Amino acid sequence: MTVEQTVKPGAGDTIDLAAEYREAGVADVLERLDNELIGLQPVKQRVREIAALLLVDRVRSRFDLATEPPSLHMCFTGNPGTGKTTLAMRMAEILKRLGYVRKGHVVAVTRDDLVGQYIGHTAPKTREVLKRAMGGVLFIDEAYYLYRPENEKDYGQEAIELLLQVMENQRDDLVVVLAGYADRMERFFTSNPGMKSRIAHHVEFPDYSDGELTQIADLMLSQWNYHFDPGGSRAFAEYLQRRRTSPHFANARSVRNALDRMRLRQALRLFDAAAPVAREDLQTITEADVRASRHFRDSSEQDPEN
Amino acid sequence: MRITQGTFSFLPDLSDTQITAQIEYCLQNQWAVAIEFTDDPHPRNTYWAMWGMPMFDLQDPAGAMQELKACRDTYPEHYIRINAFDAAEGWETVRLSFIVNRPSEEPGFRMVRREGAGRTMHYTLESYAVNRNPEGERYGREQG
Repeated sequence: MTVEQTVKPGAGDTIDLAAEYREAGVADVLERLDNELIGLQPVKQRVREIAALLLVDRVRSRFDLATEPPSLHMCFTGNPGTGKTTLAMRMAEILKRLGYVRKGHVVAVTRDDLVGQYIGHTAPKTREVLKRAMGGVLFIDEAYYLYRPENEKDYGQEAIELLLQVMENQRDDLVVVLAGYADRMERFFTSNPGMKSRIAHHVEFPDYSDGELTQIADLMLSQWNYHFDPGGSRAFAEYLQRRRTSPHFANARSVRNALDRMRLRQALRLFDAAAPVAREDLQTITEADVRASRHFRDSSEQDPEN
Repeated sequence: MRITQGTFSFLPDLSDTQITAQIEYCLQNQWAVAIEFTDDPHPRNTYWAMWGMPMFDLQDPAGAMQELKACRDTYPEHYIRINAFDAAEGWETVRLSFIVNRPSEEPGFRMVRREGAGRTMHYTLESYAVNRNPEGERYGREQG
């Protein structure tokens, strides 16, 4: 933890928390979080709480009020496509601005990056990843795959033990974020109680509502310089309702994939029309582009990802 | 006789904080940090044993310091050095190399004179420690 201790405040002095907040530059990260991530109110609230705790902790240490360095390991649970990875990136930035990690990079890994294929392969592999993540955040996606109860010879346990050791002894050096589905994560924690007790912050990511998904779609499209025409946005709202009930629905990720396919269909439509195109034509996604999706067909043999 | 090889070798031994700062400097320059050890510190012995792989894509010195600690625990009575390799085109070489661990006692070198044909003299160096014992036992026994 780096705290610049130029002048030690006395017992009677006061520190302006708001000024401290501005100075750390956390305000604009949180503001960007608000603007760029749609919905997720409970998550944003938790992030704000964590940021406030860290800020107050920093000020307390200036008054020489002894504090244990806070445990920062986190667990993000939620369905796919609810913004867990994105939030991990933002969290790393916040932690860096507050001086709780030195570099603020995110190393995202899954089971394959940590667990080896034969005896003696796991430890060096895990250690390598841990070394790379030092000074930043180690993001373990679908962490429950590390533990395979059905195979007692599984090397995942070895990776978990190494991870636990570093989480406990090198809290200054790296922050571990575990992510995955809520129910499987819960099962993972029941079989690894040591892991649960070392994680201070459990953040739950709710599913997006239809309105939020529409906003996300609009935001994505405007970032790519596209937009729906009025018919297109009506059709898209209907599409979302149909998509949600079909299997493999992955919130914002499904929206993104759907938009990608709509762009494809728009391009093909313009190409096949063989007419001169204006700037506006190139930007507009029409009702026809949306309605061509398989989710609007009534057949039962649908391809789930279309 | 204190061995002086590599950068900083005429300074007092670097503290861990100073070593960390040097590694930080290497990483800022995008050099890959590697740890090597030996108990044959002859100046012409360029090939020291590697402690693990060179650490590419490291972001923070903590990882390298952890390896250094592990190396010191295993070989407390060896010479350990840190090398920083610059992979940039045109350099492709070690840019910085400094000793971070040395045995508690360094007996130094003897100068050997060999008389050749026509009374010519050939001079060479011989390490007392290397002559004294086989590899691994030259500077006091390591535990384990």
